[in-house]
Amino acid sequence: MKYAYYPGCSLHSTGIEYNMSTLAVAKKLNVELEEIPDWNCCGASAGHTTNHLLGLALPARNLAIAEKQGLDVMAPCASCYNRMKTAEVAVKSSPEIRAKVAEITEMDYAGNSGVKSALEVFLKEVGLEKIKASLVRNLGGMKVAAYYGCLLVRPNGIGMDDPEDPMTMDDMITALGGEAVQWPFKTECCGASLPTARSKVGLKMVNDILQMADISGVDAIVTACPLCFVNLDMRQNDLNKKAGGNFNIPIFYFTELLAIALGEKPGKVGVKKHFVSTAQVLDKYNLK
Amino acid sequence: MRKVGVFVCHCGSNIAGTVDVEKVAQEAAKFPNVVFATDYKYMCSEPGQQVIKDAIKEHNLDRVVVASCSPRMHEPTFRRCIQTGGLNPYLLEMANIREHCSWVHPDKAKGTVKAIDLVRKAAAKVVKNEPLQKSSINITKRALVIGGGIAGIQVALDIADAGFPVTIVEKEPTIGGRMAQIDKTFPTLDCSACILTPKMVDAAQHPNIEIISYAEVDKVEGYVGNFDITIRKKARSVDMNKCTGCGTCWEKCPTKVDSEFDMQLGKRKAIYTPFPQAVPNKPVIDREHCLKFKTGKCGICEKVCPTGAVDFTMEDELITQQYGAIVVATGFDQFDHSVYGEYGYGKYPDVITGLHFERLVNASGPTMGKIKRPSDHKVPETVVFIKCVGSRDEAKGKTYCSRTCCMYTAKHATLMAEKVKGSKSYIFYMDVRTPGKGYEEFYKRTQGEYGAQYIRGRVSKVYPKGDKLVVRGEDSLLGRPVEIEADMVVLASAMVARSDAGDLARTLGISYDKDNFFTEAHPKLRPVETHTAGVFLAGACQGPKDIPDSVAQAGAAAAKAIGLLAKSQMETEATVSQVDESRCSGCLLCKSICPYKAIDVKIIAERVGGKTVERQVASVNKSLCQGCGACTVACRAGSLNLLGFTNEQILAEVEAVCL
Amino acid sequence: MQPINLTSALAAGKDLVAKVQTASGVDVKACYQCGKCSAGCPVAFAMDYTPRQVMRMLQLGLAEETIKSRAIWLCAQCETCSARCPRSLEPAKVMEALRIEAKRAGFEADDEIATFNEKFLRSVASNGRVFEAGLIVGYNMATVQPLKDAGVAPSMLAKGKLKLFPSKIRGRDVINRMFTKAEKMEADNK
Repeated sequence: MKYAYYPGCSLHSTGIEYNMSTLAVAKKLNVELEEIPDWNCCGASAGHTTNHLLGLALPARNLAIAEKQGLDVMAPCASCYNRMKTAEVAVKSSPEIRAKVAEITEMDYAGNSGVKSALEVFLKEVGLEKIKASLVRNLGGMKVAAYYGCLLVRPNGIGMDDPEDPMTMDDMITALGGEAVQWPFKTECCGASLPTARSKVGLKMVNDILQMADISGVDAIVTACPLCFVNLDMRQNDLNKKAGGNFNIPIFYFTELLAIALGEKPGKVGVKKHFVSTAQVLDKYNLK
Repeated sequence: MRKVGVFVCHCGSNIAGTVDVEKVAQEAAKFPNVVFATDYKYMCSEPGQQVIKDAIKEHNLDRVVVASCSPRMHEPTFRRCIQTGGLNPYLLEMANIREHCSWVHPDKAKGTVKAIDLVRKAAAKVVKNEPLQKSSINITKRALVIGGGIAGIQVALDIADAGFPVTIVEKEPTIGGRMAQIDKTFPTLDCSACILTPKMVDAAQHPNIEIISYAEVDKVEGYVGNFDITIRKKARSVDMNKCTGCGTCWEKCPTKVDSEFDMQLGKRKAIYTPFPQAVPNKPVIDREHCLKFKTGKCGICEKVCPTGAVDFTMEDELITQQYGAIVVATGFDQFDHSVYGEYGYGKYPDVITGLHFERLVNASGPTMGKIKRPSDHKVPETVVFIKCVGSRDEAKGKTYCSRTCCMYTAKHATLMAEKVKGSKSYIFYMDVRTPGKGYEEFYKRTQGEYGAQYIRGRVSKVYPKGDKLVVRGEDSLLGRPVEIEADMVVLASAMVARSDAGDLARTLGISYDKDNFFTEAHPKLRPVETHTAGVFLAGACQGPKDIPDSVAQAGAAAAKAIGLLAKSQMETEATVSQVDESRCSGCLLCKSICPYKAIDVKIIAERVGGKTVERQVASVNKSLCQGCGACTVACRAGSLNLLGFTNEQILAEVEAVCL
Repeated sequence: MQPINLTSALAAGKDLVAKVQTASGVDVKACYQCGKCSAGCPVAFAMDYTPRQVMRMLQLGLAEETIKSRAIWLCAQCETCSARCPRSLEPAKVMEALRIEAKRAGFEADDEIATFNEKFLRSVASNGRVFEAGLIVGYNMATVQPLKDAGVAPSMLAKGKLKLFPSKIRGRDVINRMFTKAEKMEADNK
C-alpha cells in the first residue's frame, strides 16, 4: 500500500507529534509514504474565505503533483484533508473549474488522484482487523473520548464519517483495548483559529468541549486534527490561568496511541512534546 | 361523403389568448369533409352547445369535432350535446387545443399552427368514427374495507347502515388502529377510547359487517362492480369459534415481548390481544417470540385453555370473495426519527415521540397514566416538545406539513400541565397551524391557561448532560440562541405513509405520490375516488389527517361506494375490443395478457374446401373489457381492434398530421 | 428604531445579493427562517447577527449591512449549519461569499480575524507554506498585542514546534503568481 504523503504546514511545526506518530504507524503497518515534492500550503480557512478560486487552486496544485506521482494522497491534517477533498470534488464535477484551476496552478489536475485522511488509510484501508493482529500492547481500558471536530466530518459529501456521531476513532479505541467514551461533543467546533485571532470567543468554545469531556469522566481525548490538538492541549493552561479552569486532560493524536499500541516507544512519537503532560495517564495504563 | 362540423372554443382567453381561434376555424373549413366550421367564446356553455345543435340541423352534420379543452373535462358534455342534437354520441372527436396547445405555447403564431394541426387530426379521425352502443353488467352488492382504524370503521358502518354487506380486513389482531393508541382527542379533550370503542363494538355487532382481523389482502382481480379479492387470514393459532376471550392463556404465558401497541414502552405476552378493549377480543400467538414455536417446549396456553381453542398447527388461510367496491383506509405510520443524529439517532431513551407520549399519559398504558420518563421512571418536570420532526424537512424527512402535530403538541402540553402540577412545557415551533373548529382557541388556552412556553425556532441539537437533556435552539423572534435543560423531549414526528403502502397500491392498481400516500382522482373535485373505478380512499392513507377529517372523508368514501352499490346494473364503456374472427388465428396471446379477463375462447365452424371445419378464435366479453387496448397491440394477425380507437382511425390521424 | 424602507432596500441590495447567491450557490429565498443554523452555531453567542438573521437580511436586500457585520468574520466555517439545514442550504457558504465581498468592498468589521487571515495568506504567498512563528508575531504586532501568546513561544521553540526561519518551497514564484491570477480571475468574473 502506497500513498503520496501530504504533511501540511502544521505537521512540520505545531503538529510535529502528529507527523512523528503518523510516520511511525505507517512503518508499523507497512504503508509506504512518498512525500509530495515541493508541496505548498492548502490555504486552510483563510484561503477559501478570501478567494474562492485560490481556495481550490492551492490544494489542487498538490493533488496535481501527486497525480504525476501516480498516487492517491494521504493527508493527516483535518483541514488539509477537507480542502483537498473539496478541490477534488469541485474539479471532478466541473470541467470549467478544472480549466480555471489549471490556469492558476499552471498544471492540469484531472481528478484521478484523490485524497484520504490518515483515519481512512490506517483504520479503514489497512483496517482494524490487521491492526488488532499486530498489537503489541493494549490501552488497558483507558477511558478515551474521540474528538473529531468539524472538517473531517462536514460538510455533507466531503466528510469521511457521520457528521453527528462519527465512530471511526471510537472503533479504534475499542480495538486497542480502551474504552471509547460516548459523549455528545464529538463534532462540536473548537473554534479553529478563533482562540488565536479572537481569544475570548475561541477560548469559550475550547472550554465547553473540555468541560463536557471532564464531566464525561475521560482519561484523555484523542483527535486527528493539529488545530484541534493545539486548541485543546495548549489552551488548557490559558483557561486554567485566565478563566479559573482546572483542566488537566491529556490530548493525543490517534496515531500516537496507535503507534504506542503497535509497540513504538512513547518518546519516539512525541508525547513528551505536549503542553498537558501525558506521563501520568500513560503510567496509569502501563504504556510507558 | 361525410358532413363534418368543426367548433372551435375560445375558452375565454385560455385558448384565444395564445391561439388565433378564428383562423383555426377558417382553416378547418377547408379540410376534407368539413362542411361547417365556426368559433365561439365558451363552447361548453348552454348557448355554445346550442350553436352545435343548430348547426347539426342546419347543415345536416353527421360528425362533430370540438376543438377545446381535454376530453377529460368536457367529452361527456359534448357527447350529450350531439346526442340531443340527434347523433350517436361516439360520432364526436375532441381536439385538445388548450392543455396540449394554448397553455403550453406562449407564441401565438406557432400555437395557431399547432392548433390547426390538432383539429386536422381530429377531423380526419372523426370521418372514420362509427356509432357505438354501451352495454351493462351486474354489480356485486358488497363492499370491502381495507383497514380497521377509525376511518375504516366509519366507512363500514355507513355502508352497512345503507343495507349493504361489508367486510373489514385488518392487518392487526384487532380493529381500532391509531386512534386506539391515543389518550385524549383535541380540541375537546374527550377520551379517545370512550368515543372509539362504542364504534368498534357497533361494527362488531352490525349484522351487515364482517370483521376479518389479522388478515391482509393478497390479490385483487376483476374490475369495478365485480372485484375478485383474495384475503390471507394469517395463522392466528387460536380457533376463533372456540375461543371465548377469557384471557387465561395470556395470563399464564411466560414470554414477555415489547408491546407494539404501547410503542415498546410496555410488555405484552407472546399470546396476546393488543389492548383490553380489542375487537375481536380473541388473542393471536406471535410465533416469532412464542416458546412453543421457537423451542418446541412450553405449550402452557394450550393446556390452560378451557375450550381447547389453541391450535399450534393452524396455517394461513386464503379466502376469495367478490366485491363491488373497495375502500382503502390503511392509515399511517409515524416517521422514524432515528435519521436525526442531532437528536441522538433514536438512542436517547428520554427522547420520545408523540405516540410514545400518548401511551405514557394513557390510563391503560405502561405507566397507568402517570407520566414517567422511560429511562429511570422519574416524573419529568421540564419537558421540551419539538415540532416538525420529519415534517417540512426536505433534507432528512418529508417536504409536507403533517397537519396534526401543532394540535396534538398543544394537547400534550395541556396534559402535562394537568397531570404534573408545577411542570413546565417548552414548545419549539416554526409556525403554529391551527385551522380547524375550536383549534386556535385550544392553542390559546395551552399558552395562556396552561402556561406552555412557545419558542419560535427549530432545535439544532439535543444531548444528555447528567440526567438531563440539553436542548439547543434559537429563539428566532429574539434572535438569540437558547438552551433548556429538560427531563424529557417529545418529538412531534411526521405522519408518513404505511411502509407497505406501495405494495398495496400495486395490488389494487391505484396510484400513489412521491411520499407513498395514495393519490385521489382529483385533489379538489374527486377527493375520495382513485383513478381506478370502484376503489375509494378514506383517512390518512391519502395524506396526513386528524380524526375529524378522517371521519368526514370516511363518510364521503362510503357515500361514493353506496352510490355504486345502489345501482342494479352498471353501464360499461362502448370503446371495447372487437375480434375480426376471419383473421383471428386463435393463438390467444390476447387472452393471456388481458388484465380484465375479458377475452375467452370461442369455437367457430367454417366451410373450408367444401367441408365444415371447427377452429378456436378469441372472443371479447364486452361487459368486462375496459378498453385498455393491450390486446390490439399484442395481436399478430391484426384481428383485434379497439372501437373508437381503431387502427384505421389512428392511421387517419397520423396521416393528417404527417403527410 | 428606524423603519426599513423595504422597497428601496430590495432595489439597493439586489446586485450584491445576486453576487452572493452566485458565489455561494445558495438561494437565500429558500430559507424559511427556522433558526436551526443559529441554534447549532458554536459562535452565534458572539455574533452581532445570528446566521439566520444574516440570511433574513439578504432576503430583504440589506446586503450592505451583512458585509459590515462582525458575524461573517466570526464564522469558524465549521459547517454545522450546512450539515443540519432542513432545506439543504449552506449558510457557511453564504458566510464565505459575504466575507469575500466584504473584503472587496473594503469592509472588515473584525480587524483581528481579517488581519489574521491576511497575515496567514501573506505568509503562504511569500513562502509557499505558513511560517507559524512569523504569523503569530506578525499578527500580534499588527493587532497591537505583542505579548499575547508570547508566554508559549519559548516552550514551543523548545519542543521543536516553532521554527525560527520559514520553510520556503522552490515553487514559491508559482504560488505567488497563483495569488495574483486567482485575484484577477475572481475580480474579472464579478
